Amino acid sequence: MRSVMFRFHVCAGEIFELKAELNSDKKEKKKEAVKKVIASMTVGKDVSALFPDVVNCMQTDNLELKKLVYLYLMNYAKSQPDMAIMAVNTFVKDCEDPNPLIRALAVRTMGCIRVDKITEYLCEPLRKCLKDEDPYVRKTAAVCVAKLHDINAQLVEDQGFLDTLKDLISDSNPMVVANAVAALSEIAESHPNSNLLDLNPQSINKLLTALNECTEWGQIFILDCLANYTPRDDRESQSICERVTPRLSHANSAVVLSAVKVLMKFMEMLPKDLDYYGTLLKKLAPPLVTLLSAEPELQYVALRNINLIVQKRPEILKHEMKVFFVKYNDPIYVKLEKLDIMIRLASQANIAQVLAELKEYATEVDVDFVRKAVRAIGRCAIKVEQSAERCVSTLLDLIQTKVNYVVQEAIVVIKDIFRKYPNKYESVIATLCENLDSLDEPEARAAMIWIVGEYAERIDNADELLESFLEGFHDESTQVQLQLLTAIVKLFLKKPTETQELVQQVLSLATQDSDNPDLRDRGYIYWRLLSTDPVAAKEVVLAEKPLISEETDLIEPTLLEELICHIGTLASVYHKPPSAFVEGSRGVMHKRLPAQGTECPDVGNAAGGSAPEAAPSIIPSQGDLLGDLLNLDLAPPTTAGPTPSTSGMQMGGMDLLGGGLDSLVWLPAMKAKGLEISGTFARRAGVIQMELVLTNKAMSVMTDFAIQFNRNSFGLAPAGPLQVLTPLGPNQTIEVSLPLSTVGPVMKMDPLNNLQVAVKNNIDVFYFSCQYPISMLFVEDGKMERQVFLATWKDIPNDNESQFQIQDCHLNSASNKLQGSNIFTIAKRTVEGQDMLYMSIKLSNGIWVLAELKVQAGNPNYTVSSGTRRDR
Amino acid sequence: MIGGLFIYNHKGEVLISRVYRDDIGRNAVDAFRVNVIHARQQVRSPVTNIARTSFFHVKRSNIWLAVVTKQNVNAAMVFEFLYKMCDVMASYFGKISEENIKNNFVLIYELLDEILDFGYPQNSETGSLKTFITQQGIKGQHQTKEEQSQITSQVTGQIGWRREGIKYRRNELFLDVLESVNLLMSPQGQVLSAHVSGRVVMKSYLSGMPECKFGMNDKIIIDKAGKGGVTNEAGKSTSGKQSIAIDDCTFNQCVRLSKFDSERSISFIPPDGEYELMRYRTTKDIILPFRVIPLVREVGRTKLEVKVVIKSNFKPSLLAQKIEVRIPTPLNTSGVQVICMKGKAKYKASENAIVWKIKRMAGMKESQISAEIELLPTNDKKKWARPPISMNFEVPFAPSGLKVRYLKVFESKLNYSDHDVIKWVRYIGRSGIYETRC
Repeated sequence: MRSVMFRFHVCAGEIFELKAELNSDKKEKKKEAVKKVIASMTVGKDVSALFPDVVNCMQTDNLELKKLVYLYLMNYAKSQPDMAIMAVNTFVKDCEDPNPLIRALAVRTMGCIRVDKITEYLCEPLRKCLKDEDPYVRKTAAVCVAKLHDINAQLVEDQGFLDTLKDLISDSNPMVVANAVAALSEIAESHPNSNLLDLNPQSINKLLTALNECTEWGQIFILDCLANYTPRDDRESQSICERVTPRLSHANSAVVLSAVKVLMKFMEMLPKDLDYYGTLLKKLAPPLVTLLSAEPELQYVALRNINLIVQKRPEILKHEMKVFFVKYNDPIYVKLEKLDIMIRLASQANIAQVLAELKEYATEVDVDFVRKAVRAIGRCAIKVEQSAERCVSTLLDLIQTKVNYVVQEAIVVIKDIFRKYPNKYESVIATLCENLDSLDEPEARAAMIWIVGEYAERIDNADELLESFLEGFHDESTQVQLQLLTAIVKLFLKKPTETQELVQQVLSLATQDSDNPDLRDRGYIYWRLLSTDPVAAKEVVLAEKPLISEETDLIEPTLLEELICHIGTLASVYHKPPSAFVEGSRGVMHKRLPAQGTECPDVGNAAGGSAPEAAPSIIPSQGDLLGDLLNLDLAPPTTAGPTPSTSGMQMGGMDLLGGGLDSLVWLPAMKAKGLEISGTFARRAGVIQMELVLTNKAMSVMTDFAIQFNRNSFGLAPAGPLQVLTPLGPNQTIEVSLPLSTVGPVMKMDPLNNLQVAVKNNIDVFYFSCQYPISMLFVEDGKMERQVFLATWKDIPNDNESQFQIQDCHLNSASNKLQGSNIFTIAKRTVEGQDMLYMSIKLSNGIWVLAELKVQAGNPNYTVSSGTRRDR
Repeated sequence: MIGGLFIYNHKGEVLISRVYRDDIGRNAVDAFRVNVIHARQQVRSPVTNIARTSFFHVKRSNIWLAVVTKQNVNAAMVFEFLYKMCDVMASYFGKISEENIKNNFVLIYELLDEILDFGYPQNSETGSLKTFITQQGIKGQHQTKEEQSQITSQVTGQIGWRREGIKYRRNELFLDVLESVNLLMSPQGQVLSAHVSGRVVMKSYLSGMPECKFGMNDKIIIDKAGKGGVTNEAGKSTSGKQSIAIDDCTFNQCVRLSKFDSERSISFIPPDGEYELMRYRTTKDIILPFRVIPLVREVGRTKLEVKVVIKSNFKPSLLAQKIEVRIPTPLNTSGVQVICMKGKAKYKASENAIVWKIKRMAGMKESQISAEIELLPTNDKKKWARPPISMNFEVPFAPSGLKVRYLKVFESKLNYSDHDVIKWVRYIGRSGIYETRC
């Protein structure tokens, strides 16, 4: 509080002085005063009180002064919207200035002032500037459209700026094209389905031409935009790749990475037996390696991306191991990333070199780095069988150093090696046991206990060792407690005579004195197992464990695919999808790699050899206990779920009689991390209801459900929040009924009754689209007066009329259904043996549909003529 | 896109703050200061996420430049932009220091307004920026219409890096081939990794809009030419021996990349003044100018004996300069005795190293240093990490073997030809990270 007061006092004096200077007659003094104001603004002082005085300086010929005033305006206009309007005239005048630099400056600054009244005035000047003769003004105006869209999206659409912006993609000046592409891409992100960019072979060709001519930054915008395109076939894909590859030699790393992104994505579509495919693979390696000689920050970005690329296509960099060797002076973030990639690239061919390096790293200073290096040695042992022996002896050497954290890390990895190669390296157990006392980290303690329990029969004093841990049982972390419990039970089964007391002790500690449910449950299970059937207990507890496989911490394939589409961006640096760190709807659209061309999928898979084999089972991270029987039961649930049965069941737009439709699976569990959504629509007592059935097919509990609709043809929107109050447990199902209103934003969809829905829970945001029966939009007051009907029927022009044949329908059932669906019969007459029924329907958005139903006696086929008219 | 850019001094005080996007508030400035600049531990990543806001930073001496955003921006572009921003500032007012930034803050705001629009990088070529943004204020009010349109067409044009109408009395070209040779060698003298990263830096003072073509002894080009039916027997045999294999190269944006991709010819319209034409990397057949042979012997617990021999490995007629060998010593060193045959050697306690400097050394020579290091007894269990012995030097040749074959200049509109241009070529090889483990 005191500091705030102090600052205020300082400012009060300053502001008084500045006010006087700003109103001075001398130009130089004025300029100096504005400079001081900007300087105060920079350090965070509030100088908004000077607003009128500063704005008064705006009408000047001095461009420098003008720019300073603009800078001030951009900062404070929002807090003083009424006074900001004073500036409008000058802006409008400047937009007409003969000097293009001033025109551009005015339109650029105006777009940064987020005051509604000003944006109104901005439209006309902006329209002119978008068509200005000078490219500098046009390129500035293009970005301004994006600014305006950020303030008032509706205004931009209403004013037709989007079309003008689209035209700029064909502009003769490459920089204008690049900025237009950047602006459109940004706007398109907030309208996922608007097809704003409308990428087609012609527009792609224009972009590729501009790519050769524009600035480095422009090239990035264009390449990032190209990456969103999906080529029609492999030939188109190849021709784009051919035109993008020269970018790999650009000096700007961002251009290179964006080009790599386009190539990685489009490569998916190329058949793998194509010569060009191999050529392309070869071309990718050198530029990636070159990125490593850039500045360290860029190296970091590059390495994070290479990590993804190596997982997706290991063949690209498999011969480049050496460039990832750590240099002594690399910043720590570069070192850690390099190490990660080294392990991924380790193979039988290069393992000797890698091991020698890792051993070197294990003696470095940085603790994190050393730990990771030790862990890497263990991973090499598991990955490359031939090297296991050398790895183990290296690890033993490191244990001899007695550096505490090195020893602990080594023990953790040795445990994994035991699991991978049982009955091979147990001779080292004695050495490990020597270090028992120095272990203070839970993970290392748990690993050591596991080893003792697993090999209890070979360790003479196993009971003593385990007993020593038991003393401080309650102070241990859960991980260690669980492991200790299991280890002692194993020991008991192996040496029942001497250890009866010990096992009693641990079981009572676990079941009676602990309040951890996991521990208690496990304790009880062991207890019952041991007391009922010791033979069965032996079979279960000492069962042979499945071997662990080599790859750990691989990124899940769907996420990897998405991240590949985001190469170069923050998502690829964080290894997280954009939705995890970007707020709001912007940029959360999930990207996918294109599938290979439909003509030759078999060839591709067969020839590539990289077709997914059995998914590698992943070493469970700490917390899950390795190989213990209880965990085996908890294998991932069958996520297969019912296959989505969308084919043939789509509700047609013209299914006027649609009533109780069966519910459809809208979102299969596979696509939504275990959440399955099915549902249907209904109209009850004048309220439209969306009936949702949510099923949790994942392992974890789901909470925090929310729902949102994209804009749609009839303005459907949830009328309240999604009522899922209790968390949804695994394998639970909940039925929710969501009332809908029709007052939301409107956008025409194709098909008309398509609805795009986003459902959010604590795990992620999921998207799906469904179609609703049009009949649920028919309102109850859709009965038209006879006279009005007659007059309206005549008014409707013929081209608004259409005819349908309905087959196999029976009058009785029809009239019932019609009544129920708010289709009202106004009149009925008989002409030449045909029954003519006249009916009216009113839609929720005020559109009337008038229909004439012609029924021939004895013929089950009816003819419907209907016309529409918009009320209001 | 980029939401804002802040510049801080070493204390974390804001020197420049420019916000481009509405989603970035004033608190972002403080968040970075508190979480990164004032953080106790070493910087673990150049990208930091604080409360769903991402910060990218680079440091120049003790100045922090940070970009902030809430969107999924192109991270590589952000860093490239920050480096470019540093270059632009440096070319306007020299070193990036607190004082210079404070004295030029109006200029910096002007630049930021021009080279970033709504967070999108725009033209950032100093050549063209300097035509309308200067330290004396902005040009523009007194310009003629032609001048104005010339500026705008240059800023947005295809050749944004060069303005028209440049005239020199003497057309001159300076070409520097600057290489840094990197080595990691095992104590037994086995090369663990070695590569050369080279740069071709040009200074061109040429009139008009000249078209240039640059040629070097790149294996692929020469092989191509050979196959193309060049019947000159002698030329073939000599070029075959001298050509080098370039692993990868990148070019200044003035080079026509599509042409390089199809014909492997390097053609361009050069910027005026100094610029980097290309960067390249080679890993094969590198001439390692020096070889370091270390011998470390632990005598008991309190003494180390170190002997290091360096051998120069190039033509005896050439001279290497600024040779410096850095031999790390343990942290518990109490005293050092050094004997060297050539140059001067000193133990620098503050750097934990013995620094041995030799001014000049000819090729095919050998020199040696031996040192006795006294150690204080410690009870530290951790062994000394033995950092590698590093070396610095400068040699007057290109360790990769790269040779400039030609640089041709064509300017059809003005009446000077390739022969009238005075060209200078210089090769400098420097040590990059040149380390030998001991």
